[in-house]
Amino acid sequence: MALRHFGAAAAFAVTVGLTASPALAITEIQWWHAMTGANNDVIVKLANDFNASQSDYKVVPTYKGSYPDTMNAGIAAFRAGNAPHIMQVFEVGTATMMAATGAVKPVYKMMQEAGEKFDPKNYLSAITGYYSTSKGEMLSFPFNSSSTVMWINLDELKKVNAEIPKTWPEVFEVAKKLHDNGHPTCGFSNSWVTWVNLEQLSAWHNVPLASKANGLDGFDTKLEFNAPLQVKHLEKLVELQKDKTYDYAGRTNQGEGRFTSGECAIYLTSSAFFGNVKAQAKFNFTAAPMPYYPDVKGAPQNSIIGGASLWVMGGKSADEYKGVAKFLTFLSDTDRQVYIHKASGYLPITKAAYDKAKAEGFYKDQPYLETPLLELTNKEPTENSRGLRLGNMVQLRDVWAEEIEQALAGKKTAKQALDASVERGNTMLRQFEKTAVK
Amino acid sequence: MQKQPIFRSKLLPYALVAPQLAIVLIFFYWPALQAVIQSFLLQDAFGLSTSFVWFENYVELFSEPAYFETIVRTFFFSFAIAASSLSVALLLAVMADKPLRGGAIYRTLLIWPYAVAPPVVGVLWVFMLHPSLGVLSRYLRAAGIEWNPLLDGDQAATLVILAAAWKQISYNFLFFLAGLAAIPKSVLEAAAIDGARPMRRFWTVTFPLLSPTIFFLLVVNIVYAFFDTFGIIDTMTRGGPGKSTETLVYKVYNDGLIGGNLGSSAAQSVILMIMVIVLTGIQFRFVERKVTY
Repeated sequence: MALRHFGAAAAFAVTVGLTASPALAITEIQWWHAMTGANNDVIVKLANDFNASQSDYKVVPTYKGSYPDTMNAGIAAFRAGNAPHIMQVFEVGTATMMAATGAVKPVYKMMQEAGEKFDPKNYLSAITGYYSTSKGEMLSFPFNSSSTVMWINLDELKKVNAEIPKTWPEVFEVAKKLHDNGHPTCGFSNSWVTWVNLEQLSAWHNVPLASKANGLDGFDTKLEFNAPLQVKHLEKLVELQKDKTYDYAGRTNQGEGRFTSGECAIYLTSSAFFGNVKAQAKFNFTAAPMPYYPDVKGAPQNSIIGGASLWVMGGKSADEYKGVAKFLTFLSDTDRQVYIHKASGYLPITKAAYDKAKAEGFYKDQPYLETPLLELTNKEPTENSRGLRLGNMVQLRDVWAEEIEQALAGKKTAKQALDASVERGNTMLRQFEKTAVK
Repeated sequence: MQKQPIFRSKLLPYALVAPQLAIVLIFFYWPALQAVIQSFLLQDAFGLSTSFVWFENYVELFSEPAYFETIVRTFFFSFAIAASSLSVALLLAVMADKPLRGGAIYRTLLIWPYAVAPPVVGVLWVFMLHPSLGVLSRYLRAAGIEWNPLLDGDQAATLVILAAAWKQISYNFLFFLAGLAAIPKSVLEAAAIDGARPMRRFWTVTFPLLSPTIFFLLVVNIVYAFFDTFGIIDTMTRGGPGKSTETLVYKVYNDGLIGGNLGSSAAQSVILMIMVIVLTGIQFRFVERKVTY
């Protein structure tokens, strides 16, 4: 690869001859991402600003489709021997990327080798913990992070004289009221059915989703979410689905329009939904913390993150890594983090940026933008709430969603559905364990 | 009579076939061979660790009850799609074949949907029948039907079959129309003189004479339902709810690209390939004999 680049550069230099401009020395850094709309603009601006700030490196961002599409494109490119330098991978792809020793360059190592100043302590541990080894070595660079929040249509709640619910029983009660008063098709709903109702639910109540600290401590992890709490929660959803006090809105975020259109007045989904809510909602809204079951001791714990991180791919030259390292330092800059936070609604990843946004009074006008940060830092994370690292996670989620759908459709009981999710999921985890690089 | 050599040079015929052969070799045989090889391997998504496992991928596949369910489902989908699109297309073709005022307009409009790409078809139907956005679902609900293909597997399956069949109607219609035009008018007139009513004329004269077209379309439709419905399923249901719209092709994609399990995905492709070869073989060998030309 490097040699070929050199050859091409040399040939080019010869043809251009003495008129060679300094532009020839520029090293290109390919950055593949999955951001659309306003967030795509943020990416382009970041790259442009970086390119303007120095003259040795040029970051070239390329949109590669959805999160899974981007990851697949990166994997395919790696197999073909021309992976990008930086690849944006969603949080559920973390285990797959981690297992690919040799295909990726751990961020902490790259920063060290490039001689960039880098202190993991400057970053919010609730966010970086997800992408670090158990020793605290940062493997990938968190780029856009979010968490689950409960979006509330304040106008509709006012109409039924309801307060913002704090616990699940209160949510059910308010949803019932909404359902009986003008919302017959949806009392409340949620996107990302497994993220909200299994993954976050478990962390928020400090119960394990899987053994070995949800997989963070090893690939030989086993799923454990067919436990009383999760079963009870799903049973409740199944019961409420019957008259649409709860109404299922699909596996991903395709149902989010039901909140902004006013159909569902309570909607649990990512905090990154903010951009769309702000642009489309014609009512007063806010984002409340996720509800919890008050009979669970110690609840609420802390939430886990969603979103994506930047992985540096392996097999590049030292010079290229130097550029990538400089770019990551550039992204970590406090003002830049505050900018990303404000422009996209994604969370700041450094403590300094969070403090600065707070000091600027940013959350006074828009308290809902602090909700996910408060959730993430609610308590010191435990084994059950540090994060998840399960192989084949994308497909695991599909399998779990399939089973939940069957429960909601009344074809299985909640317990049967979760038992089957665990059993089928474990088979897939063992499959992943077999292929993972040891 | 002795055949005259058309080509003077012996090499020319080969040279003329070469581009076609090259395409078949590069785009069919080579990937097929790779799939066969991959199906014997256990490999991580990045291709960093590879081990040869003989038939383990196949054994695992067949020890999975869900795989059989997917096979049965795929066949059901194929026959449902083929039967509905063929019968509707035949009906439309027979109607459009009659001397009508503005017949050309009807025919053009009926052929139109064929130009629509499968994912677009999926999106169209999703919008019409989405439980909360869809226009049609509003009528269905008004009619007292609890319409929710996001949760109800049978409804989701109906939706996919409907969309897939709708798209294929144009293609079938076109061939049926051509087939009908090729039926000699004299035969039909003779039957009419003998006193056969239109229905009888259709079943005893038109239908048998159309059988080569029907046979050809049956093969094409089943292959279409096996493979080309991927775009429709992906945009409409992604195989859900549950597994109620996951066909064999969708499972290949899901396990290989989403799940990163390339070995199993390759094994499934190989099985799929064998199935289609056998299917086509049977049809050409046995069904063809019963077709009256």
